[in-house]
Amino acid sequence: MTDAQTYEYTPGVPPDDIDHDDPLHGEMLELHMGPQHPATHGVLRLGIQLDGETIRGCKPDVGYLHRGKEKSCESLGWRKFFPHTDRLDYVQPLLNNCAYAMSLEKLGDIEVPERGQTIRILIMELSRIAAHLIYLGTTAIDLGAVTMFFFTFTEREKIYTLLDAYTGHRMNNTYIRVGGVYADVDASMIAMTREFLAQFPSKIDEFEALLTGNRIWYDRNHGVGALTPEQALAWSLSGPNLRGCGVDWDVRKNNPYCGYESYDFEVPVGTKGDCYDRYLVRIEEMRQSVRLCEQAIDRMRDTKGSDFLTRDRRYVLPPKDKVNDSMEELIHQFKVVTDMSLPKGEAYAPVESSKGELGFFVASDGTSAPLRCHIRAPGLMNVQAIPLLAEGRLLSDMMAIIGSLDFVMGEVDR
Amino acid sequence: MGVLERIAAVRGTEGYTAVDARDGTPCVRIEASALPAFALMLRDECGFETNTFVTAIDRTEKRPVFDICYQFLSLQHADRVRVLIEVDAADPRVPTIKDLWIGASYSERECFDMFGVAFEGHDPLERLLMPEGYEHHPLRKEFPHHGIEPDRLYREWERTRSAGGKA
Repeated sequence: MTDAQTYEYTPGVPPDDIDHDDPLHGEMLELHMGPQHPATHGVLRLGIQLDGETIRGCKPDVGYLHRGKEKSCESLGWRKFFPHTDRLDYVQPLLNNCAYAMSLEKLGDIEVPERGQTIRILIMELSRIAAHLIYLGTTAIDLGAVTMFFFTFTEREKIYTLLDAYTGHRMNNTYIRVGGVYADVDASMIAMTREFLAQFPSKIDEFEALLTGNRIWYDRNHGVGALTPEQALAWSLSGPNLRGCGVDWDVRKNNPYCGYESYDFEVPVGTKGDCYDRYLVRIEEMRQSVRLCEQAIDRMRDTKGSDFLTRDRRYVLPPKDKVNDSMEELIHQFKVVTDMSLPKGEAYAPVESSKGELGFFVASDGTSAPLRCHIRAPGLMNVQAIPLLAEGRLLSDMMAIIGSLDFVMGEVDR
Repeated sequence: MGVLERIAAVRGTEGYTAVDARDGTPCVRIEASALPAFALMLRDECGFETNTFVTAIDRTEKRPVFDICYQFLSLQHADRVRVLIEVDAADPRVPTIKDLWIGASYSERECFDMFGVAFEGHDPLERLLMPEGYEHHPLRKEFPHHGIEPDRLYREWERTRSAGGKA
């Protein structure tokens, strides 16, 4: 280290307070982490200024996965954008579907039948568990706990099998539609889900036995990337990152949608706002999601056989068997697919996604395509906060910080 | 107390117009020059701790204007407010609010990137998603969905490639 000056890189400007006789400090090293770094959880590039191993500056560079989703929405029209919402935060497509469907329902004053709401809650909570399992697995593998990755992915695979049964796809489901959901749930799926929910809490205990009291996990996370509630709010953070600092705010509780107000669940909050608290919040959220799923399943029995999709034929397709027999219904299907329009105005409907508050701000001019569709991506705000948490910390803490902020680049870049 | 009552209690009913939004969110329309004072009032006296998004709506198909939309969330009152500012599409500019809510910084950069809205006082105002040096603002209505090619960056890349990877 003593002859660091001979390294071939352009020396940066060291801060004034650095002791130049100290062999561990001296000149700034510009380090580009990503965009193809596995620990950045997607194509994120971080321009890091390093002094020794201490991060003195950090500049996230996003946009590598920008696909112009908002522009696509304006070109494709209201209905055809649904499959694109899956590809935003691709670890939780159903939550994205629901957020988009809800903003359209607000715009068109569309009522969703109770069974539709219950099914939505059930599969959204399953998706939340799957998304938190990804967080847990990838963050743990970045911090050296390789086993956790396999444990969480085993459980996630079970959820994907369930979602396959519910929606017909493992990923990119496009199952939630305007006015309800695409298909009904039958008894065999309920039995499979019950089976999964019965064993899953013991798996969370297993994860906790591996990590919560683990000396290495604790030291890598505790006190790292701490946020105050004021900072978290000023930086527009939401979801588990906000609750980790002790702010009791959950869209499901405070701006309820889909009937969450009638469910019994608790919102876990942290105290210190560090990576370890965010981890604990997410673990507890998985347990609460299990409770919500169980309640939703119990309610499913009461609404058996009732509508799961609105009967408002302006927005939903006619039943397939009728389309085959009747010219009018065929014309109607054609009209809905090509020309479904929503009333003039603007609407915003937030949902509590696994990353924070996800919402679609849509503006309509009364035609079949939106005038504007803005996606309020919680992940973008999480990326924005990386410099706040990382500056002054060691480079190795960057992995813990990126992991615990939890973002998916498909949603950040849109 | 609702959002509009809180605002009226602080500054009366002058200088802004309440408008109806389809989703029932309280909405106010103000002038661009009134934004810094209005935003400060929202944060310090009406309890809006956090900025949800900053974006724009291109209305040039009807009239040559952009609507700049801000949405704020108040946790203590559990409500939201939307602020709309109409700006000239030929020269869209509004004052920045990133000094009040640092979290609005990326949203403003994105809005500049996508619509070319200049946020005065946001320095340096860089692109967020599109590459540096890109010539267009893709979410404007005049920009075609399939893109505009070749643009300057593309031509530079072509030149580099034909020179065997050396610029």
